[in-house]
Amino acid sequence: MEGQSVEELLAKAEQDEAEKLRLITVHKELELEFDLGNLLASDRNPPTGLRRGGPTPEAELKALARDNTQLLINQLWQLPTERVEEAVVAQLPEPITRLPREKPVPRPRPLTRWQQFARLKGIRPKKKTNLVWDEVSGQWRRRWGYQRARDDTKEWLIEVPGNADPLEDQFAKRTQAKKERVAKNELNRLRNLARAHKMQLPSSAGLHPTGHQSKEELGRALQVAKVSTASVGRFQERLPKEKAPRGSGKKRKFQPLFGDFAAEKKSQLEMLRVMNSKKPQLDVTRATNKQMREEDQEEAAKRRKMGQKGKRKGGRQGPGGKRKGGPPSQGGKSKGGLGGKMNSGPPGLGSKRKGGQRQGGKKRK
Amino acid sequence: MDALDRVVKPKTKRAKRFLEKREPKLSENVKNAMLIKGGNANLTVTQVLRDVYALKKPYGILYKKKNITRPFEDQTSLEFFSKKSDCSLFMFGSHNKKRPNNLVIGRMYDYHVLDMIELGIEKFVSLKDIKNSKCPEGTKPMLIFAGNDFDVTEDYRRLKSLLTDFFRGPTVSNIRLAGLEYVLHFTALNGKIYFRSYKLLLKKSGCRTPRIELEEMGPSLDLVLRRTHLASDDLYKLSMKMPKALKPKKKKNISHDTFGTTYGRIHMQKQDLSKLQTRKMKGLKKRPAERITEDQEKKSKRIKKN
Repeated sequence: MEGQSVEELLAKAEQDEAEKLRLITVHKELELEFDLGNLLASDRNPPTGLRRGGPTPEAELKALARDNTQLLINQLWQLPTERVEEAVVAQLPEPITRLPREKPVPRPRPLTRWQQFARLKGIRPKKKTNLVWDEVSGQWRRRWGYQRARDDTKEWLIEVPGNADPLEDQFAKRTQAKKERVAKNELNRLRNLARAHKMQLPSSAGLHPTGHQSKEELGRALQVAKVSTASVGRFQERLPKEKAPRGSGKKRKFQPLFGDFAAEKKSQLEMLRVMNSKKPQLDVTRATNKQMREEDQEEAAKRRKMGQKGKRKGGRQGPGGKRKGGPPSQGGKSKGGLGGKMNSGPPGLGSKRKGGQRQGGKKRK
Repeated sequence: MDALDRVVKPKTKRAKRFLEKREPKLSENVKNAMLIKGGNANLTVTQVLRDVYALKKPYGILYKKKNITRPFEDQTSLEFFSKKSDCSLFMFGSHNKKRPNNLVIGRMYDYHVLDMIELGIEKFVSLKDIKNSKCPEGTKPMLIFAGNDFDVTEDYRRLKSLLTDFFRGPTVSNIRLAGLEYVLHFTALNGKIYFRSYKLLLKKSGCRTPRIELEEMGPSLDLVLRRTHLASDDLYKLSMKMPKALKPKKKKNISHDTFGTTYGRIHMQKQDLSKLQTRKMKGLKKRPAERITEDQEKKSKRIKKN
């Protein structure tokens, strides 16, 4: 009996709650998605009610808007609030929607020469006062800049030092020294800027003499210097024991337009035959070379990774990551090849690669 | 390039502040919008631009003169304007027989056009045609997108992102609840996009959250999607790149269950279990004689090892 009355009380309490919330509840089939940081709500429900609307569905649009706004306001009113100068203020979360930036991310600027030195020595900037007491004028003046406290160039009387030439203009000497200091400062600033600028460009290492360049850099610099004459290096003699540079020939060789007709016909027919054949062509040497090269790369990457791990605690995933990127794409292709259906679409080259990878896949596993 | 900007040092503090405002930063400024009229803009389009300017004040610039350019063919003039006025959003209005009442809305990345979407205005009711009180300028609007079309096609998705970017205003951490005054509602239906803006009226309801009544206030547009010029995927990805400093920091040693339970991890040193403090069982207590023999055993073990 008491159980019943408790149940009744609970049901009544629920009903009261529902009554209270009746005015602000909205029924939707799909929940809205809220991004409160941007005061944004997305309603995924298809607006079926509006389709009947006819030419101007204004009233239906307004009703839909009212419902959606009510849901958004309900969410906003649930945020934690605080009182700031007689106004109730809600704390918004971070915006969720990712929007593109308007400018690229600023690159960290490399340190200037002074900053590097200071970091090395552990020099920290000393806190200095803005104004300094100037005895001459009897007032507080700024440390540097316009109307500064101890301005060398503004003195009206300079004693000629004992060892100086009596006919020398001391005032001119001081202004000259100041100009030189200003010019030196500007030069250093530009040099720092150029160094920073240079680091942000792809490195043209070796082409600027620094005094400590590696053998490859010197070789590259030598090559570039040789070719940078008016006749593109044709008349430059080689030193007695100098070897010809590697990889400096033409990258592609093209057949002449009107050449051997019989050979051309033969090569075209051969290509068609290969394309139409159902069996894949396998160039064994090419496949094995490719396989060996990949294994070498893997070994090198692993060795590099081990070496780096020895130096630092967290091993970098850079080369490892790249390695992972490679095989899956090729693995995918090989799976397609193993799948059975071989179209005559992909030409002979593609099929050769597939054959090679099939071997490679088995080996690795 | 920023290096070229720094070669010539600004001579005044004001110039320095001006340049600092425009340089790329970790957390960026509010995006400005420029509203441009084309060579043949008619009254409707001009009025639309003026209304959008009223919505976007003070983060917008309305150009009064007509500019004879075609955004979809040649973007250099738009990029020049963007660089001069430091605006990354733009809206260009024009009108001709083939594309009547045309509105091109777009955004820039690094002063180059990122996305551009052309919309046709089918019906327009301006701010001054609806005679009621308006909200103060500069209020942050609430944005609502209705209709499942906004997630289906890439065009619509970019349009949604573009409209959010355009109308959202400054990002704030706190907002005065009484100051939420107007809402922009976009509905995608039957290939058309209905843009309506309403003023919010908060009515009493039984509980703390008020009941909402809406009153149509502002510009209402019926738009049709025409041409688009969307950025390629890698350029878009580049523009979305967040600097590492702004990424939310992950709390270590805390993990969550699918049921909502939070698990924490505590790292401790290795414990010597023989010295563990357990309940004292009087029966298991070592008697002095046993303790002496144990010590002797330990000593002999040590000698053996040595």
